[in-house]
Amino acid sequence: MSRRARIALKAAIWGGCLVPLGTLVYWYARDDLTANPISFVTTTLGDWTLRILLASLAMTPIRLVLGVSWPITLRRLLGLFAFFYVCLHFSVWIVLDFFFDWHRMWEDIVKRPYITMGMLGLLSLIPLAATSTAGMIKRLGARRWRRLHRLVYLAGVAGCVHFLWLAKVGRTDQYWYVATLVLLLSIRLGDVALRAVRRRRERRTATVATAEIRMP
Amino acid sequence: MLIRRAPRFTSNDITDAKLYLSRREWMVGAAALTLLPGESAAVTPPGQPLTATRNDAQSLREPPTKFEAATTYNNFYEFGVNKDDPARLAPALKPRPWTVQVDGLVHKPKTYDIDELFRLFPVEERVYALRCVEGWSMVIPWIGFPLASLLKRVEPTAQAKYVEFVTLLDPKQFPGQRPGFFGFALDWPYTEGLRLDEALHPLTLLTVGMYGQVLPNQNGAPIRVVVPWKYGFKSAKSIVRIRLTSAEPPTAWNKAAPQEYGFYSNVNPAVDHPRWSQATERRIGEFRRRPTLPFNGYADQVAHLYTGMDLRKDY
Repeated sequence: MSRRARIALKAAIWGGCLVPLGTLVYWYARDDLTANPISFVTTTLGDWTLRILLASLAMTPIRLVLGVSWPITLRRLLGLFAFFYVCLHFSVWIVLDFFFDWHRMWEDIVKRPYITMGMLGLLSLIPLAATSTAGMIKRLGARRWRRLHRLVYLAGVAGCVHFLWLAKVGRTDQYWYVATLVLLLSIRLGDVALRAVRRRRERRTATVATAEIRMP
Repeated sequence: MLIRRAPRFTSNDITDAKLYLSRREWMVGAAALTLLPGESAAVTPPGQPLTATRNDAQSLREPPTKFEAATTYNNFYEFGVNKDDPARLAPALKPRPWTVQVDGLVHKPKTYDIDELFRLFPVEERVYALRCVEGWSMVIPWIGFPLASLLKRVEPTAQAKYVEFVTLLDPKQFPGQRPGFFGFALDWPYTEGLRLDEALHPLTLLTVGMYGQVLPNQNGAPIRVVVPWKYGFKSAKSIVRIRLTSAEPPTAWNKAAPQEYGFYSNVNPAVDHPRWSQATERRIGEFRRRPTLPFNGYADQVAHLYTGMDLRKDY
């Protein structure tokens, strides 16, 4: 993919990620945020956090399946937008929903497994956002940085479980998110397993080759 | 029972139905001007007017929720699981002709035509608080008659201990009753139930209208029950059958998640939903949460029904 195409793609993702927020602002201006605006805004921001987070988790699998490299350049952008939306989601909860009733919020975090799970997801995204710059990669060293950034899987799992646990009986949207996550993780795990098998085979061929050399 | 405080609002505070009508005309006009067809579809068309004198003694002293909110933000899974599904899909429901079969352990079982019920029982307006188990609430000026009047007419036998309500089962009119990709949302038809003394309580209202008009489809047309001291899902909508039984009838949400939705489901800030707190609620139209009251504020009228019961166990 050419440099220009890559920039265009990034710009499109930038714009696309801002559409949900823009829509909320537009609906707010039109007084069209349903009869229960706070609940609606919280849910919408939560939905988009998960969608964008799953999109960022889809980049490596897409690269693996299609054999193209451009998805990797979008990972950070999508991850940061997921962090942006989860921060908005969390702020709405604090400011609009509970209006700084810290006592009640803390009670909920401790007592409600789905909120505990949501907090876990949010917390695991913070170090990733903080170390998202090229400078931080250099400072941490690529290997350590990569290891740290595996936390994104924890965030994905926590986010989906958060949704799964809060959803009312009879609703089904949560299953789609969980199914997507399972698909993405299995592609990722399948690749890890495949590579391990290949490495072992290579090692074996190498040993056989050495043995043959020693034969005569 | 007497209510000590004087009413703080009168029926004048309830927006006149004519205003909704003019609002809709305005919306249609605006839609035509801006060439945006469909803009008016979100507004509930006003129904037939239904006049009723307000029962002040049984009415809340709070201004009612906006009609627009009460008719576009609904939980009525027969139409769909989203809050806007009922308003969107309500036109498919045909509230006439309609009959309500009243049978079971009664001396005079009978199938009533909906219009016959209108003729037999004089209606009155009651402004009740409605608390949803999800943590939001509304104030609704319902129009109806006490369920007790109908029950007395069919004469329950001595064995009758419970009342079961059955909602219409018809996937043609109720798209939510069709199976989705992951199966059925609930075990249709929707059934609900009350203990006979709860059903005979003067607060329990068979409801045929609200906001000065016949009940909109999305609110449970043509006839529903309203039990203001219980979470909203106990108040079955679009009822086709009322059956008196000796055993506790199975109820839809209890079957779906027994550990979350008990048979009694009285509004109780001290007993949390297993997954969220019931201590506070958001009154639709208000910004801050407000504390939830025991029995939704009707404790002095209904608490005696539950003396000696452990409401943590019988949630």
